[in-house]
Amino acid sequence: MDKVTNVLIVGVGGQGVLLASEVLSEVAMRVGLDVKKSEVHGMSQRGGVVSSHVKFGSKVHSPIIPYGQADILISFEKAEALRALHWVRKNGLVATSNTRLVPPGTATGKFAYPEDPVGEIKKKFKNVISLDADKIALELGNPRLVNILLLGVVSTRLEFETPAWEEAIKSRVKPKFVDLNLKAFARGRELAEEAIQSAV
Amino acid sequence: MKKLLSGNEAVARGVFEAGVKLAAAYPGTPSTEILETIADQFPSIYAEWSPNEKVAFEVGIGSSLGGARTLVTMKHVGLNVAADPLMTFSYTGVGGGFVVVSADDPEMHSSQNEQDNRFFAKFAQIPFLEPSDSQEAKDFVLKGLELSEQFDTPVMLRLTTRISHSKGIVEEADPVTPPEVGFKRDMSKYVMIPGNARKRHVVVRERLEKMREFSETTELNRVEENGSEIGIITGGIAYQYAKDNLPEADYLKIGFGFPLPIEKIRKFVDDHKKVIVVEELEPYYEEIINAAGIKVDGKKYFSHVGELSPYKVALGLKKAGLLDEVTGAEIDAEELFPRPPVLCPGCPHRGAFMALKKTGVAVTGDIGCYTLGVVPPLGYLDSCICMGASIGNAIGMEKVGGYEKGVVAVIGDSTFLHSGITGLLDAVYNKSNVTVMILDNRITAMTGGQEHPATGRTLMGKETKQVDYFELCKALGVDSVRVVDAYDYKETIDAIKEEVKRPGPSVILTNRPCVLMPKRIMDKPYTVDLELCNGCSACFRIGCPAIMPSKELTKRKHPKAVIDPNLCTGCSLCAQICQPEAIVLAEEPVKAK
Repeated sequence: MDKVTNVLIVGVGGQGVLLASEVLSEVAMRVGLDVKKSEVHGMSQRGGVVSSHVKFGSKVHSPIIPYGQADILISFEKAEALRALHWVRKNGLVATSNTRLVPPGTATGKFAYPEDPVGEIKKKFKNVISLDADKIALELGNPRLVNILLLGVVSTRLEFETPAWEEAIKSRVKPKFVDLNLKAFARGRELAEEAIQSAV
Repeated sequence: MKKLLSGNEAVARGVFEAGVKLAAAYPGTPSTEILETIADQFPSIYAEWSPNEKVAFEVGIGSSLGGARTLVTMKHVGLNVAADPLMTFSYTGVGGGFVVVSADDPEMHSSQNEQDNRFFAKFAQIPFLEPSDSQEAKDFVLKGLELSEQFDTPVMLRLTTRISHSKGIVEEADPVTPPEVGFKRDMSKYVMIPGNARKRHVVVRERLEKMREFSETTELNRVEENGSEIGIITGGIAYQYAKDNLPEADYLKIGFGFPLPIEKIRKFVDDHKKVIVVEELEPYYEEIINAAGIKVDGKKYFSHVGELSPYKVALGLKKAGLLDEVTGAEIDAEELFPRPPVLCPGCPHRGAFMALKKTGVAVTGDIGCYTLGVVPPLGYLDSCICMGASIGNAIGMEKVGGYEKGVVAVIGDSTFLHSGITGLLDAVYNKSNVTVMILDNRITAMTGGQEHPATGRTLMGKETKQVDYFELCKALGVDSVRVVDAYDYKETIDAIKEEVKRPGPSVILTNRPCVLMPKRIMDKPYTVDLELCNGCSACFRIGCPAIMPSKELTKRKHPKAVIDPNLCTGCSLCAQICQPEAIVLAEEPVKAK
């Protein structure tokens, strides 16, 4: 595996972007790859945009993905997926939750929240999975499972075995939430399969 | 064992492995996690949050004089606060090894400037080490402490946000046993009266020459030969960006950045057809290299401003003729609504800023979450310079009659203790008429919830004394000190109006705790009665993330408001300003039809 795989994870402060990138990095490290990941803490936690770059392969130099080089974009908020689209490579995969979070400034500011962010993404990219991740997470028992659910979805496009993922989740999630997160991960995988089925 | 660690976590691990006995700091992004990790994972090390960086540095000096290996950490602007002890500690030299971490913030992700602290090392004539990834961040701690002991000098470990907050794989090592030094009384070395200091300055110059020789031979400054005609001189994170773009070039990677290995650089430049310098922020290497009569280019191709990135380095390399093509985005970036960081739902600072805006006073600001009071739609702040500046700024503005409606300084609890007390003392001493609002949310919030001298707990989790702001302000000589509830809009407005009119300095304390830390506060949520909501948008203008425009419109096509019950903490501020009284507790039955 000479090529470096680039995964960009985006969302809004509090949505669990960092946990998702921790788990993904942990899996890659456990299978013996070089890994780097990068994000910025601080101001971004206060309801701002949060993004985390994860890169893995035989040797990784820079922890940041260049524009147009992300193989996979995972987004926990649909307008944030649209905002991050220029990071994605031509045939890259975009997996986004249909979650809609409208910041307070938008109510009075000059920019409106886009009407149909997913529709616009689909105009530009073929490989798009969008799902009501917050609703599904709530059905599973906790709205905060959106991150691991989406990780389950994209895991079907990465070459790591399920047990490696499960070990990584166990190592990064608090013990009492492990079962719930494993359930969310498995549900994500099922949904990805269904999405492929329905696309055929 | 291999672990995935951030640069900051790696430094903490390095501190443990090097046998450091004391670590002190004041929190500051991007440096904060170093001390947090030490306290959390290596409790055998004494670790403290000091009230400010100067005190942390001075505690560190004491520890070093006591013979212990020592680490102090701060963000780049924190070193300005600690510059006084730094400059003279360079003269005295150390007892036990001493490393100061300067975590710079190119791009100002969470800072008021992006000063390049490599110049600070040169200014203080002390060496600095600059890692390029987490492994080096760990390794350079031990290396730095050894060099500190070898050359009898404090050593700077210079990090940047990308190094501090990026994670990479780190190979851990067993801890070493540091040399037993102990306190050795030596007045000519440590008591910097002029007669002694003059002699020590000579020692500093001699030390510099020895460090120059070291710089030429150390593997910290290594040449990577790939048989290329192109040579890149670089260090820190810029090394990684250059490697991404030109893996086949030859590199002179600088890890020991002051003094630079001039002869090694001269040879490297002579050996290559074209050499350029790739460095973030200021042309630090470039200026020194050019001053030595070696001609190299750098900033001709790369910006002085902001963070570099693989993409920006690619553009610069292309400009320099070293790269044929730059792979960029396939599509243009979308122009979307901004999503700036904002005050959290239920943040008590919101109440303070709503009231300040209503009274129309001038507001000098400070460093902390409440700086977000400047973000629209709240948008009410007139200055933000540095830690503690709000009070001095207010005094000066008031003395020249700068604003007829009065001047209020706004400062957080941790910031007040950091460097606001002296400002308030000035207000009393020089008979200023300013009003100081201490927004006490009982934690250092912006950096993620650290303890401070008024929280009653130390970094190591011990219970301790708590500063009493009321008594402290009284003791400084402030006659009017009052406490208001920032969740009470009217009371806060009245307090500001009264205190601004009052002759002499006055203090208004707000003491609602942060809603996030140390405990998440969630009270009963409010809701909008859509029958009563007239779409006036007053609640939108307080900038609460829990309040959003609903899809329901008024006859004039204005959106009515909706409150997210999962975000609302029940602070009630929006309900207090809602004219049609449409915002009600969610559990209360809907009033009107």
